[in-house]
Amino acid sequence: MPTDPTKAAIANDWAHGRPLVSCRIDPSGRFAFAGSEDFTVRRFNLADGVNIGLAGHDSWTKAIAFSKDGAQVVTCGYDGRMIWWPIEGDAPQPVRTVEGHRGWIRSAVVRPDGSLLATAGNDLVVRLWNVADGSLVKELPGHEKPVWSLEWHPEGKFLMSGDLGGVLKQWDIDAAQVARTFDAKPLHTYEGGQQVDFGGVRALSFSPDGKYLAAGGLHKGTNPLGAVHEPLIMLFDWDAGTLVRSHVTEGIPGGGVWSLRHLADGTLVAASGGSSGGLLLFFKPDADKEFHRFGLPNILRDMDLHPDGARIATAHHDGHLRVTSVAAG
Amino acid sequence: MKCRYACGTKEHRIARRSFLGTVAAAGTGIAVGGLGVFTRPAAAAQLAAGQKRIVVFNMHGGLSQLESWDPKPKTDTGGPFRAIPTSVPGLHISELLPKTAQQMHHLTVARGVDTSEDDHGKGAYLMMTGRRQTPGVDYPQIGAVAAKTLAPEDSPLPGHIVITPGGGGGRGGDAAYLGPRYASLALGNGNPPPNLDRPGSVTDIAEAGRHNFRRSVNDRFLSRRRTALTDAYTHSYEQALRLMAQKDAFDVTKEPAADVDRYGKHDFGRHCLLARRLLEKGVTFVQVSHANYDTHNENFDFHLEQVGEFDGPFATFVADLASRGMLDSTLIVVLSEFGRTPNINLYYGRDHWSRAWSVVMGGGKIPRGSVYGATNANGTEVTDGKVDHGMLFHTYLQAVGVESTGTFDIDGREMPIADPAAKPIEGLVA
Repeated sequence: MPTDPTKAAIANDWAHGRPLVSCRIDPSGRFAFAGSEDFTVRRFNLADGVNIGLAGHDSWTKAIAFSKDGAQVVTCGYDGRMIWWPIEGDAPQPVRTVEGHRGWIRSAVVRPDGSLLATAGNDLVVRLWNVADGSLVKELPGHEKPVWSLEWHPEGKFLMSGDLGGVLKQWDIDAAQVARTFDAKPLHTYEGGQQVDFGGVRALSFSPDGKYLAAGGLHKGTNPLGAVHEPLIMLFDWDAGTLVRSHVTEGIPGGGVWSLRHLADGTLVAASGGSSGGLLLFFKPDADKEFHRFGLPNILRDMDLHPDGARIATAHHDGHLRVTSVAAG
Repeated sequence: MKCRYACGTKEHRIARRSFLGTVAAAGTGIAVGGLGVFTRPAAAAQLAAGQKRIVVFNMHGGLSQLESWDPKPKTDTGGPFRAIPTSVPGLHISELLPKTAQQMHHLTVARGVDTSEDDHGKGAYLMMTGRRQTPGVDYPQIGAVAAKTLAPEDSPLPGHIVITPGGGGGRGGDAAYLGPRYASLALGNGNPPPNLDRPGSVTDIAEAGRHNFRRSVNDRFLSRRRTALTDAYTHSYEQALRLMAQKDAFDVTKEPAADVDRYGKHDFGRHCLLARRLLEKGVTFVQVSHANYDTHNENFDFHLEQVGEFDGPFATFVADLASRGMLDSTLIVVLSEFGRTPNINLYYGRDHWSRAWSVVMGGGKIPRGSVYGATNANGTEVTDGKVDHGMLFHTYLQAVGVESTGTFDIDGREMPIADPAAKPIEGLVA
């Protein structure tokens, strides 16, 4: 569907009673699944906004992925647990539960061919699972700080994993080894006065043609504990492995990128949340600054793109799931 | 500051006896606290065996009670972390403290702390002095009080040491009317005090001659114009000489490599190991600071990072003191200036909160493996065993045998050791 981000407008605004921390839209485009601070995952019907709760985790759920056929959703919690659920039904029950990680699972992505689910989080190990039966296929250790984000290259041969320290690894899955490492250190801050590591590679997205890899997070963390930091996206040339540019912003002293998605025309959408509010930022690969920004009514914490390519779902602290249309015309 | 006391005077000796009486009666059979009686090596060894000590872990910025000692999982305030069982049946703490959980049978959690002060500076002041900050009045911090009441008079090492995360060093201004002699010596990033080595060009004979001359001049001056400052001046020279002779006490690299590994090679692990070393060498009060917990933003990630770093070294420290038989004589305190809000803000943060938070104690007379006080289901208010900074301050001192309701004789003026309007927590030091 043709898009024009300058025409962005909220199309739907649905409330759940508790803050939301994540959201993903299923491949069929019927549902948005959103993790809540009440430990449930909410399934929002995108036709009417009705939501039901999936209760199976002992913590918040930040990572959500789907089987390629759209029949199942895998919710991966901060309890280290992975739960397979049927997408359909009035009251979905767990199909399978796997204790996948020690501590938080922060990211989960399914390989483009639908065969493997990659997960990672605080235990520093990237794990690959058979989507069909939940069996462990491979472990990819090597990160020295918590892994925040994962993304498959569109061709499915390589998996990217980014950590708190700004280390971005390209894994050759067949060889189960690191093929390349990208330097995303500007996304990491160590603030000596406060004695904290901060930032990290919080979001990844490949352009539809596979030419660019975007890695998002934050920089200028002059007061990490006080929410003073600005959004930053590093755009890499995939073939060369070099930095093309850094997408930066002005007038967002309290922002950081929680999610990245590419529209079909190559426009990069960055979801920024922080003390400056919830913002959708739209970038072209040939310019440092965004060509448009769209302010949302409440701070956002995650974002996903609808399969129609023209709707953007965002999860908010006020418990709302909002759908923003960027359709042209 | 003019002299408010005169060490060695008859009045001062009596005053010291008045507040040390409880220590003497504590079953050790010896007076502890520096009456200057035990000056021979054999007696000093006996003294060391009964020497009371305090170690404070100061969690700068305000540790979240919900991500540490009083978790409320699956509530609207609980956040994403789970509670885990501990070595004490029925006692659960945050999953961020798995190693400490196995040492909880040595410790007590006070879960009903209400200090009603949400300002960093004022909160830190009242937690360290046991009294609310008042214009025109300054009170000594717990380290200075411990040094004065517990440290042997002839200790070769300072009685009040603060290990800070960053650099820096020098003496603190935290002794108030007790005088600079009891002020803290800061070890920036755990580094020893500077200039502990005598210049190579100064011979033993020359060194002895210099100090003999200094002492004779000092004695003549002090016989006429003795003040707190001149006492501190004289003391600091003599202590500097003793420090130079004891410089190995500050050298944590002298500890076995296996212990270095057990504590961890990061700064906080090294600081905890140094604290153990200093306590074993006879230092009366050690404060180890850990930063930073002022997590208005992304509280959970920062607590994951900070509490995760704290857990291992602290648990090792507690286990070591227990296995070395030091817990009976050493009080451990884990405190902050306040806790953090049960409410989770827009940025996954928690803000300042002093109405219902936790302090941990262990050792001395403190019961082992217990909980004192409670908060409601989501941690927003104290429901049982409410305590405040004044009560805690009394309790710390009484746990190591100091009669906290006694007084200091400051130049003939009686100054309460702790806030006279407060009392110790009976359930903990009865």
